Amino acid sequence: MSAFNINIIRKDFPILNRSVYDKPLVYLDNAASTQKPRSVIERISKYYEEEHSNVHRGIHYLSQKATDYYEEGREKVQKFINAARSEEIIFTRGTTEGINLVANAFRQSSIGPGDEILISHMEHHSNIVPWQHVCEEKGATLKVIPINDEGELIMEEFEKLLNEKTRLVALVHVSNALGTINPVKEVIEKAHAQDVPVLIDGAQAIQHLKVDVQELDCDFYVFSGHKMYGPTGIGILYGKYDLLKEMPPYQGGGEMILSVDFDKTVYADVPHKFEAGTPHIAGVIGLGAAIDYINQVSLDEIAKHEEEVLHYGTEVLSGIKGLKMIGTAKYKSSVLSFDLNGIHPHDVGTIIDREGVAIRTGHHCAQPVMNRYGVPATSRASIAMYNTKEEIDELAKAIEKVITTFA
Amino acid sequence: MSELQELYQQVILDHNSNPRNFGSLEHANFTAKGHNPLCGDVIELDLQVENDSISEIKFKGHGCAISKAASSVMTTLVKGKTKEEALEQFHSFQKVMMEDGKFDEMSTLAAFEGVKEFPSRIKCAILPWHALRAALEGEEVATTE
Repeated sequence: MSAFNINIIRKDFPILNRSVYDKPLVYLDNAASTQKPRSVIERISKYYEEEHSNVHRGIHYLSQKATDYYEEGREKVQKFINAARSEEIIFTRGTTEGINLVANAFRQSSIGPGDEILISHMEHHSNIVPWQHVCEEKGATLKVIPINDEGELIMEEFEKLLNEKTRLVALVHVSNALGTINPVKEVIEKAHAQDVPVLIDGAQAIQHLKVDVQELDCDFYVFSGHKMYGPTGIGILYGKYDLLKEMPPYQGGGEMILSVDFDKTVYADVPHKFEAGTPHIAGVIGLGAAIDYINQVSLDEIAKHEEEVLHYGTEVLSGIKGLKMIGTAKYKSSVLSFDLNGIHPHDVGTIIDREGVAIRTGHHCAQPVMNRYGVPATSRASIAMYNTKEEIDELAKAIEKVITTFA
Repeated sequence: MSELQELYQQVILDHNSNPRNFGSLEHANFTAKGHNPLCGDVIELDLQVENDSISEIKFKGHGCAISKAASSVMTTLVKGKTKEEALEQFHSFQKVMMEDGKFDEMSTLAAFEGVKEFPSRIKCAILPWHALRAALEGEEVATTE
């Protein structure tokens, strides 16, 4: 593998070539969704042009091929996160559906009054609301691990909250609003010491950090294809085989059965038990191409480059008068969230947008985090492998325009 | 003027930094909350209506420059108006912003013409007007969605 070459990488992403409002696009909204390399786009086209058919049922040539490619996608994911077996990889629509699938199993479990589910103050709404539903329905209690001013988990509080009533810890790996990298391994060890399973929301981690589910020993790990250079509409739930085997199916339908009689239906085994209906075949194949692309560039090199750009961005933005960084954890990845003189992020975003710079403004589906910092919303620039220091300079210039407008 | 200058006109910037009728009313008899769930903006509106006319109106909350200026301008325009007149203004404001037409050049509302070039921001301008309509029609919460 050759050294990391940003120019070659940028050429691999066709959209980076375009301009908006007659200005070169500076895309810094990667935590919302990353752009796609040509190899992913072409792989999906090829599938539809030459290989499409339904999976797991036809005995004709194309159906066999589609099935092979689909299952090959599963194996690519397995290797990418070092899962023990490919059956531990369940395809979903995205991170949200993965969490809901696990929450559904909890809803049907013996969890009840007096039991507790533990989440953190920096969760995305997708790792809050499903657990609220479970707690409301079953009379259990949702407990929240607090965070400090830097945006780090307060581990002593976590240890205090973890007790014999805890039935699950559901924690984000990298915060989408703050960029904090949580000490998930330590959390998992401590939870396991009390026999509590752990679900990790890896939607903002998987494209930036090497994730090894066996080394982490997490019970569930969920993420989305579209945030890791793959297509939208495809997500991954990793679960330990023994746990998945015990879990009830999520949806009923075709694909997830062994046999159906009006008296009794026998479900298919893991993973197909959780994949009712025709799956997102093109999504899985595109995801496989995205994983190939990441592997080809190398996640280590990506992480090194992003770290440099993040470090530079932190320095440049912190130097802007009136700009306050939100989320200053010691271990951070890819996210620059900030408040600018109290100017509302929507105004910041609108002005920056006209300079061709795309950032996200709002509450980032993490309203409890916003409340923690006493702001209704933040402006957030988020970095991917193709971003450069020059783009950070463009962002800084655009921010200066905002300051001038509101001077 | 560039589109951005059209959007952030002096009138809007002025109402944003010095909002009129900002605060709450102790003896409000009509109130409503306006939500924009997309961005989390919230505007709380208090009105005192006597003999069918709006004698006092105040707003508070957090929002962008556009929604704050729109709230401020709205309060100055509907103060002293009857409920019916205020609702009429809501409808005509909504019509110009969402469909077609122009504001009277002399009206403060003309400052909001520029918002129409920014479709993602139209809801910001309409939010306080939704809250006003809700308050006058006895609803407690209005959303832009």
